[in-house]
Formats: sequence, C-alpha cells, structure tokens
Amino acid sequence: MENEEVVVIDAKDMNYRELNEKIHEVLNKNPRVKKIILKNVLGQRYIGNGIRKKDLTIEIYGVPGGDLGMFMSGPTIIVYGNTEHAPGNTMDDGKIIIHGSGGDVTGHSMRGGKIFVRDDVGYRSGIHMKEYKDKFPVLVIGGRAKDFLGEYMAGGMILVLNIDREGRDLGKIRGRMIGTGIHGGSIYIRGEVDEYQLGVAADIKEFTEEDREKIKGYIEEFCNYFNLNERVKEKLINSKYTKIAPVSKRPFGKLYTPDLR
Amino acid sequence: MIPSAVPPKFKVEIDREKCMLCGRCVEECSWGVYRKERDRIVIYSNRCGACQRCVVMCPRNAITVRENTTCWRSHPLWTAEVREDIINQSKTGRVLLSATGNAMDYPIYFDRIVLDACQVTNPPIDPLREPMELRTYIGKKPKKLEFEFVEEEVDGKKIKKAKLKTKIAPNLKLETPIMIAHMSYGALSLNAHLAMAKAVKECGTYMGSGEGGLHRALYPYADHIITQVASGRFGVDVDYLNRGAAIEIKIGQGAKPGIGGHLPGEKVTAEVSMTRMIPEGTDAISPAPHHDIYSIEDLAQLVRSLKEATRWKKPVFVKIAAVHNVAAIANGIATSDADAVVIDGFRGGTGAAPKVFRDHVGIPLEMAIAAVDERLREEGVRNEISIIASGGIRSSADVFKAIALGADAVYIGTAALIALGCRVCGRCYTGQCAWGIATQKPELVERLDVEEGARRVANLIKAWTLELKELLGAAGINAIESLRGNRDRLRGVGLNEVELKALGIKHAGF
Repeated sequence: MENEEVVVIDAKDMNYRELNEKIHEVLNKNPRVKKIILKNVLGQRYIGNGIRKKDLTIEIYGVPGGDLGMFMSGPTIIVYGNTEHAPGNTMDDGKIIIHGSGGDVTGHSMRGGKIFVRDDVGYRSGIHMKEYKDKFPVLVIGGRAKDFLGEYMAGGMILVLNIDREGRDLGKIRGRMIGTGIHGGSIYIRGEVDEYQLGVAADIKEFTEEDREKIKGYIEEFCNYFNLNERVKEKLINSKYTKIAPVSKRPFGKLYTPDLR
Repeated sequence: MIPSAVPPKFKVEIDREKCMLCGRCVEECSWGVYRKERDRIVIYSNRCGACQRCVVMCPRNAITVRENTTCWRSHPLWTAEVREDIINQSKTGRVLLSATGNAMDYPIYFDRIVLDACQVTNPPIDPLREPMELRTYIGKKPKKLEFEFVEEEVDGKKIKKAKLKTKIAPNLKLETPIMIAHMSYGALSLNAHLAMAKAVKECGTYMGSGEGGLHRALYPYADHIITQVASGRFGVDVDYLNRGAAIEIKIGQGAKPGIGGHLPGEKVTAEVSMTRMIPEGTDAISPAPHHDIYSIEDLAQLVRSLKEATRWKKPVFVKIAAVHNVAAIANGIATSDADAVVIDGFRGGTGAAPKVFRDHVGIPLEMAIAAVDERLREEGVRNEISIIASGGIRSSADVFKAIALGADAVYIGTAALIALGCRVCGRCYTGQCAWGIATQKPELVERLDVEEGARRVANLIKAWTLELKELLGAAGINAIESLRGNRDRLRGVGLNEVELKALGIKHAGF
C-alpha cells in the first residue's frame, strides 16, 4: 500500500479501532493515496473521523457504524448501504454520499460540507447545523425525515426532496416539530407542509425564485450522484417547495427577566 | 396602574465634604449610578449592585455603599426577596435570571468538617525541610504494571533490564491539584481568559476553555488548556480538539443541572462569533442534552469519537452536575473510556442561570464526591477514572477536604475571578461588568490588566499550594496521593448520623 492511489481494506471481523488505525496508517505512509475502498464494513464506528485530506475518497461497502465522518474536514465518503447514528456529526468540510438511509441525528451540529442521503433520515436530523462566513453546511435528503428535522438549526440548508429511489413522489411529508428552536439557516421541503408540523420558533416563508436558484445546484448534484434522469431532475427543480425559516435570530430573547431591579 | 417599583437594594452615599467632583465615579460605573450635573454628582441608587468599582476607584474615598434599610414588614416566610421576585415576575411573565452560585441557606459541609494533625505518636513533617509531593496525574491508571526483562550487554556483562510492558494511558500532569474551571470566552472577556491562561501555565496546571471555542490569542497557552465540547458544539473542529491538552465533554453544570445555555446575541461580537464559529449577533444556544447522547452508550460513543479524532492521545473528561444519582452516573462514565469525571456541585458558579435552578437543583459537592469515590471503589474502577471536584471551592482547606473525601483535583472558578477583581455582585449576564471580567465591551475589557491579573491568579494558586503543603505536613503525609480518599483524616462537627454516613466520615470525638 506504499505508493498506490487506490487502497482496498477488507474490514471483515475488524474492530473499529483496528480499522481506523489502518486507514490512518495508509494516510501516513502513502501521501499519494486518492481512494480508500473499505469492504465488508459492518458497524465499525468513526470512519473518516477528523481526517483532513481534501483529495481523498473513502468508499464504503456495507453499513458503517455511528459518527461516520465526525469532525471530518475535506474528504468525500461514499457509502453503498445505510448508515447508523449521526453520520457527518460536527463535520467541518467534505462530502458524505449515502446510497441508502441515514440514522438519527444525521448531520448533527454540522458546520460545513455536504451530505446527500438517497433515501430517508431518522429523528433530529440536521439538528443544530450552523454556518459561519464561507462555511455553509448542506443536508440533502432524497426521501423523508422523521420528526425534529433541523431542530435548533443555526445556519446552513436542509433540502428534503420527498421522492423514492426512482424519483416518484412520496406524497405529503408526515414529520412534525420541524425546526423547533431554529434561529438561523433554512429548510426546504418539496410539497406542502402544514403549520402544525412546525416546531416553536419556525415559520413558513414565501418560496421565491431566488430560493429556487439557491437549491438548484444541490438538486443537480443529488441527481448526478444517484443517477436520476433529466426528467426527474427537471421535476425536482420546478416543483413547489415549502421554505421554513426562523421567526427570529433570538428565539429566547424574551425568556428571561433579570433578578435585579 | 399597579406600581411595581421596589426599594433599591443598596444605598449609595457620597461624602460631599470629601468629593472634589472629579467625575471618576461617573466614568467607572458601567451601571449608570452616577451622573454629573453642573457642580453636583446625582446618584441613582436603584441601579447599584454593590460591585464596589466606584468605592475602590474614588480618589478621595468619598463613596459608601450600604444595604438599603428601607424595611419591608418582616415575615419569616414572605421574605423581601420572595416578594420582590413575585413583583418582578407578575410584571414580566418571564423566567428569573441570576448569576454566581446557589444563594440559598443550605448547609456548607466543608465548614462542618475539620482536619487532623499529628501529635507525638507520629511526628508532623515540616514542608520547609522535606519535599511535599503535590504532583497529580489526571487520567487512567493501570490496575497493575507488567514488566518484561530484556538481556543487554553493558561493558561486556550481560545484564537483565526491566522494561515496562503495560501501556500507560495519556494523563495530565498537574504540579498542584488546583485547576481553573471552564468559563467560556463570551461569558468572560478575552483579558480574563488570557490572565488565567498565563497563570495556569506559570503554575504548571490547567484551565478550561468553556464552551466558546479557543480565541487565537490563547493558542500559545493551549498546552495548558482543556478544551470543552458541550451540546452547542461551538468552536469545535479537529484543530481545536488537537490543540488543547485534554478534552472535556460538558453534560451538566452545577449551577443549572438539566438545562443548556443561551449566550444572548448582543454578546456575540465579531471576535466571539469567530471563536464560536457562528454569525455575529445570533443567540448561541446550547441545548439541554447533547442530541447525539441519549444514553450512557451514546456518551461512550462520543468519548471514543473524540479519542479517535485525536488518535487516542488526549485524555477525555466528562463533566456532570452533582445530582441525586451521581454515583451511578459516574460509574457509567467510568465504563465509557473517559479518563476523568468532573463533578460540579450545586454551589457551582455561573454567568447566567435561571434562579430557580441555581437555588434548588442539585446536591452538595461534598456528598457527591464521597458517594462517587465510594461507588467507584466498590465497583473496582476507581483507577479507571480520576475525579475532579468543582463548585464552590473557596480556600485551600476546601481543596484539602475535597481531596480527602475522594477527589483527585479540583477546579476553581469564582475564586479565580475574585483574584481578577470580581466582587461577586452577581450581574454577569448583563454584560456590563465594571471590572472588565464578564463583558465584551472594549472600554470595560481594557480595564482588566492581563499581566497583573495573571500575577494575582498565580499568586492565589501558589498561596493555596503552600497551604496544602503545610496541611499535609501537619497531617504527617508527604504526598497528596496519600490524602486522596483518606477520610480518616476528616471529622465532622455538628453533623447528624445520616450526614456522616453520606460523607463517609466519623464525628469528632471518635
């Protein structure tokens, strides 16, 4: 594995520490490596954790464990399978592309980079995502999200496309408590969302052509990764979206009274 | 209209004979108590919180601040404070916000515990002539040490040399068991942070970053800073984690167990926004739980994730508030690969907490330390995890007692701030701190001299360290290791049987 651009690791029966140590060994010994392929992954946690190399792709075959790509800053992870709890947790930069579903808290506290999930995500996804200057986290969900999507969201973008694998419409979303405590960023959901589905501090805003321009590139990227045809792409771009954004930057500004006079 | 004004808490008086109308008080008071009107200083006593800035700075010592004696009809149940709070809340409909630590009259067990000293049978040790070992290692200790014997040739002779086989987990090396607690940049000013960072570096100990990221001005001291990861994950990236000496996961805080924190938007200045990595002017909200931790297994996942991010080179601490089941929780933490558990007692300080939490939630630190130490010993995992005690440590005696009850080291917070000038006026959350400590206003922050502040905090740590040595010597002990969990050197005074049992100590006389 000294000088190759592609390194394959068979993760069968490997403990997570052993697997991650192997990945770091490859990175240390072989600065030329461009792609690491992990085969037979079964629940190993923390893959890609804290890795900074920008021109690196990690391909995962199987189901990686929790905190996939946590603190990651640069690489692209492509998962051929579902992911567990908190993929992209506190991620800084890079991409995670999931050919399957993401577990609960997908994109927890994400600060930058992009996550594309072909199917669904669990509860509290995109919770407390935040942006700062050029760091703008984006979570694109092909299917649907469970409740508390974008809770405490402080920045970035969540896009829910609401389609199945073939690009067919899934109908009105059912998630509730969307954007509870949101105080930054925006959530775009394809189709109608009722007021009662929103959490405290979230508000439905007008979806403008400007918004459409903002999400267009991410839709194209999504269709590209998951091989969706032009017809589906056009449909997604031209659909009606519900934009959910904060009522205010200071949701708790009026909660307290000083113990003074 | 129902008038909601209540009498001012304090009465400010200027001795007009002494006053030379220099206007220093007007300048120094960031609360607007004084206004200069032609040849007179006008006083608004209702704005005064008794922070003493004006009293100390007045060149003529002309200012007196005293408790206002306008009396309320006295009543044992309906105290003035209770009545004031009701008036305030019936007017605003809001949650009462407060600062500093628990202000209720609960027993302070530290003050009901006395220390032992040697007489005749076992001579005391004089620290002036014999070394006293205060060095403390925070982190996992191996259950046993294994060696392998390697044969080496030295000067033509074959010698068997012992080599350590056991892998030692990374530990923090403290020259004194006193560290400075996590107080964030944002809640505190940069000058306050810098002063404390300089002091801990000088003293060979550590300070916590708090949940606010690490300002670049603190990078030179990062090897003496424990970085914090709390539920808001502010300022957390892989560089931040690797920069510090250790990482602390904040689950709870003694001043407000069970709730998160809100740094109000007005305190999120350009610099604070940069360190926290959030836009300027937005509320920085730390949710009550970490939303990726809903169980002890999830906590273990985060502990290990942080270790992975730092290639298992940094110790990871977990801070919890002292609550009823603290022993069981700490035991769970001990099984999570964490290296230390921080127990924050109910007297722990805060820059802002709902008063109802500050005053009513959590348990006394003294009992929490004893319970945790006891349980970890019973479970045979005490070596797996160090105990750091914090929340209301006021003196070297408190440090000594905390260690004898079972802690490895302590964090001090309010005490370090008092060294920087804080007078505990309890209005940190207003951002108006006249001493330049709990504020982001540049004109106030610059009042705090970093070098002088550093010297004072270092002095405090050094003075307590000296006293600890003296106390150890008097007890006939020459290493802090031998004091840890050594409750036989403590006796209770005026405590009942249940209290003594909870503390695991005997009453004086036995």
